[in-house]
Amino acid sequence: MSTNPAIGHNEPPPKMTARDVNVFYGQKQAIKGVSIDVSAEHVTAFIGPSGCGKSTFLRCLNRMNDTIDGARVDGQIELDGQDIYASAMDVVQLRARVGMVFQKPNPFPKSIYENVAYGPRLHGLARSKADMDGIVESALRRAGLWDEVKDRLGESGTAMSGGQQQRLCIARAIAVDPEVILMDEPCSALDPIATARIEELIDELRGRYAIVIVTHNMQQAARVSQKTAFFHLGSLVEYDDTSVIFTNPKATRTKDYITGRYG
Amino acid sequence: MRMLIALALVLGLAGLAYLAGRARGNRMVAASGGRIGAVHSRPIYHGAYVAVLALAPALVVLAGWGISGERLIEGQVLGSLPAAERPTAPNDAQALMNEVRGLVNGDLPQAFNPLAPRLAPVYAAARANGDMLAGALAVALLAMGGLWGWSRLRPDFRARNRVETQVRALLLLASVVAILTTFGIVLSLIFESLRFFQMVSPVEFLTGLTWSPQTAIRADQVGSTGAFGAVPLFWGTIFIGAIIAMLVAIPLGLMSAIYLTQYADPRLRRWLKPVLELLAGVPTVVYGFFAALTVAPLIRGLAVALGMTDASSDSALAAGLVMGVMIIPFVSSMADDSLAAVPRAMRDGSLAMGATLSETVKKVMVPAALPGIIGGVLLAVSRAIGETMIVVMAAGLAANLTANPFASVTTVTTQIVALLTGDQEFDSAKTLSAFALGLVLFVMTLILNIYALSVVKRYREAYE
Repeated sequence: MSTNPAIGHNEPPPKMTARDVNVFYGQKQAIKGVSIDVSAEHVTAFIGPSGCGKSTFLRCLNRMNDTIDGARVDGQIELDGQDIYASAMDVVQLRARVGMVFQKPNPFPKSIYENVAYGPRLHGLARSKADMDGIVESALRRAGLWDEVKDRLGESGTAMSGGQQQRLCIARAIAVDPEVILMDEPCSALDPIATARIEELIDELRGRYAIVIVTHNMQQAARVSQKTAFFHLGSLVEYDDTSVIFTNPKATRTKDYITGRYG
Repeated sequence: MRMLIALALVLGLAGLAYLAGRARGNRMVAASGGRIGAVHSRPIYHGAYVAVLALAPALVVLAGWGISGERLIEGQVLGSLPAAERPTAPNDAQALMNEVRGLVNGDLPQAFNPLAPRLAPVYAAARANGDMLAGALAVALLAMGGLWGWSRLRPDFRARNRVETQVRALLLLASVVAILTTFGIVLSLIFESLRFFQMVSPVEFLTGLTWSPQTAIRADQVGSTGAFGAVPLFWGTIFIGAIIAMLVAIPLGLMSAIYLTQYADPRLRRWLKPVLELLAGVPTVVYGFFAALTVAPLIRGLAVALGMTDASSDSALAAGLVMGVMIIPFVSSMADDSLAAVPRAMRDGSLAMGATLSETVKKVMVPAALPGIIGGVLLAVSRAIGETMIVVMAAGLAANLTANPFASVTTVTTQIVALLTGDQEFDSAKTLSAFALGLVLFVMTLILNIYALSVVKRYREAYE
């Protein structure tokens, strides 16, 4: 794992690239001409006031907007140079490669084990029970949940605390070993201690997966990300190293938002 | 007629009581200078309080007289006869009284029973006296209640709170009526069933395999020994309502709910769902026609084609299939609600894992909605086993204990209809067995409903 402190120099090719992406909900345009590169090495944060389109844009990256009636996406989004909206791209495979963690923990009403085994079963990743046990254990370990749940894997995933549920959802997402993990305000429903735990986890997962996190919380973006994109009214206003965005933003709108002038 | 006048009078007087109470309230408000709180309740509450105190006892008297007055008058009229002439059998007394009433009301030009013309004036006088007395008592109570209420009105009298309490009592009464009616139905079923079980042992009824409810009028009649083993009926009911109908309704209902909630375009759903629910509004007798005239001959043709030359035109399959179609809306609407109640986050979570929509439905949505779906199915079963018209028209009357869907079977409801149609004597085991069957059916559906509702309720708690 190579964390390059001098971002901008000798960077590997981006994991995902978006060019001139527009999203419409019916007549309303929610995203206006967004172009952005997401690096495999970093945690990328999308910040901006409510309704700025950051979650909408995030959902374009694994085509979850397809599930919303009346949503239409144009422009180009590529994963490793493959157009994800091209007909050659299978949405099932795309979502296996680009995992997602939601705002509210949404474990399935199944056992902890079955929650984590869900994706591997769908995609046929385990050839035997022992295989599956191994996948479940390693996903739970990477999500930092193993020690807490190893003796009660058969209990319902919905019976855990909110923070545990969210880590279970992260374990579920990483069980299929995706290349990118999208996190849509993963801590907004959690208390500060559970939030800190998730932030540590994001840091541990960095480098292994490309991580994109949408957050309302600017301190969180500053703590966990290396790159930050500021969205406002459906447009990408500024995208730069997190340290630059938070200390020396170029756009006035970014500066106003960072300093709490609005949002 | 007299009762109607009395009722109108009582209501009119209660209106006056209201006006009087309100007027007194208005005077108190005026005397206090109109400051808020100087008079505790507003004048309309004073009026309503007085009106309720006046009306309630009067209505109780009138209702009591309306319900039991006729019986009191009968006792009085029959009592006026010398003991020797008095009819002994209750039926005879009833017949006599009917003639008496007919004469008094002018419905009958002449009576057969020579006693009737003698009793007619007695009856007329008793009726008039009773009505007058009841009316006078009602008006007197009304006046007393009204005056007492009116005399209690003071500026600090809490009329509003009392009216609220009275309103609550009225609402409670309204909601208790349905429950009391159910109890009444259960009691009447139980009493008639007990009479039946004095003639036929419950063990034979519940475990016997032969159903042939013929009782002889003469001792030497053929088939004089009635057999009341109801197992073939219970089996027929379950076979048609809980097995064949559910084999149709569960898959179709569930799949249509899945289509409507998960796949259908919202515009399509907007008219498809109401159309499906319209099925529930078709009178069951219409389904009965369809089963008997269209489906049953088809099924019979099929059976003949399969080599069953003696296939019956009534078949369990015809009735069960049509009943299944009838039940589809119940299953699909409950399944629809349960699926729609599964949080969207659950669906998104599965789709985001790379599951297809059908995998998501199969592995996440249906399991999450399962308790609600099961509750809906149980309610549908209870509806199906209580269903009457379709089976009466299409299932037949032969009490066969068979698992052959092309055979004619009969159900509990069909037999009840057959047993109670036409003139019946209500002291024979044949007729009374209908009540025992009704009781069993009631208990079965009650248990199913209670269980289904508890399942549905537990499920609701999980998500709200």
